[in-house]
Amino acid sequence: MEIPYTISTRPDTGLWNAKIGIWLFLASEVMLFGGLFSAYVFLRLDAQPGEWPHGLLNVPVGTMNTAILIMSSVTVVLAWAALKMRRYNAYWWYMLATIMCGIIFLFVKLYYEWPQKFEHYGVFLKPSALEKYEQYLGNNRRTEKGMEPRIEISGHLHNPEAIKDANIKEYEIGLDPVYVDPNNPTNDRPHFLYVPPTDNIAKIDKEDVERIDSFGPWHSAYFASYFTITGLHGAHVLAGVLVFIYMWLPVSKRLYQHNPEHLANRVEVSGLFWHFVDLVWIFVFPLFYLL
Amino acid sequence: MNNPPDIAQDPAEHEEYAHNVQKHVRGYLTVGALLLAFTGITVALSYVDFGTRKANIGVAMLVATLKAGLVAAIFMHLAAEKRLIYRVLIFTGFFVLGLFWLIFLAWYNPVVR
Repeated sequence: MEIPYTISTRPDTGLWNAKIGIWLFLASEVMLFGGLFSAYVFLRLDAQPGEWPHGLLNVPVGTMNTAILIMSSVTVVLAWAALKMRRYNAYWWYMLATIMCGIIFLFVKLYYEWPQKFEHYGVFLKPSALEKYEQYLGNNRRTEKGMEPRIEISGHLHNPEAIKDANIKEYEIGLDPVYVDPNNPTNDRPHFLYVPPTDNIAKIDKEDVERIDSFGPWHSAYFASYFTITGLHGAHVLAGVLVFIYMWLPVSKRLYQHNPEHLANRVEVSGLFWHFVDLVWIFVFPLFYLL
Repeated sequence: MNNPPDIAQDPAEHEEYAHNVQKHVRGYLTVGALLLAFTGITVALSYVDFGTRKANIGVAMLVATLKAGLVAAIFMHLAAEKRLIYRVLIFTGFFVLGLFWLIFLAWYNPVVR
């Protein structure tokens, strides 16, 4: 039996079925991401001074990924328009461009942005020990200026064996530049370009450490929400890419030859999903990378 | 911006139809360029000090909402959709606002205070 109303509109809804279907699905997606974003706001409001990190993500890379997603939104709508104009070749190329954008986005996230975080460490100091490490923290000046205190020293952990070995009494951290020159006003705000950890090593007594963690989801409420939201968003990008690959393969050309408008409608609903994924990223990018 | 009409069945009308879609394509490209420009503006504004962090967050969310509005209105065709879809979205908006209202309840704890 043929599925009804794939092209023609259903009289009672005024829509073809997949269109109302995708919008109901997107409504549930709004609730899903809405819940996570409201959790983000709640966690951020609840963060104590110094607990919510700033400037830990690579802004140029995040900007590039934002641009890639926007371009893919353009190419998918152009793919749909090409089908509407019955230009299959143009459709094929636009769809390929969309798929490539999605793959590049995922590649940057999974092979560049995420792995770096797991090799970067933050040492949270006991409140009583903050004064001892003033040369790295610059909190006297920050207090004077009314800025939040620094409670963590971060960088590259030179002796990772110290985490498990109780005989090693101190952590050796190759400092992030901000802790090398903590009183420099240029370090008050995050830098645009990524600045790697320096070779300037700080030795931090384990006795003074509340906890040490890599920049994984366990590091802070910030990274927990970052990994949850960007992880779920990444899963959506992956799903979109898989659907687009199906629409791009010869199996869909057969549908086009049989019923071009049906394929155009399929591309329209999967495009709606893709635009939604882009829309979510439009909020993720400033909330995690910039603010 | 209106959606392109459903495809014309009459071959004589098809050329006019294709021309119509072509006009929309220019619109999509313009919106894409605008979105890229707004991305640059978002990044630039985050390095401008608006006094408080709250002010910076407000400005960034304003630009993000504008971008999201463009995507929804033009790419997702919400500028001209059928009434049923708006109805679904009104409910969604209502419930998602309710979700954010829960933060208010938890944060200000009006039950105890």
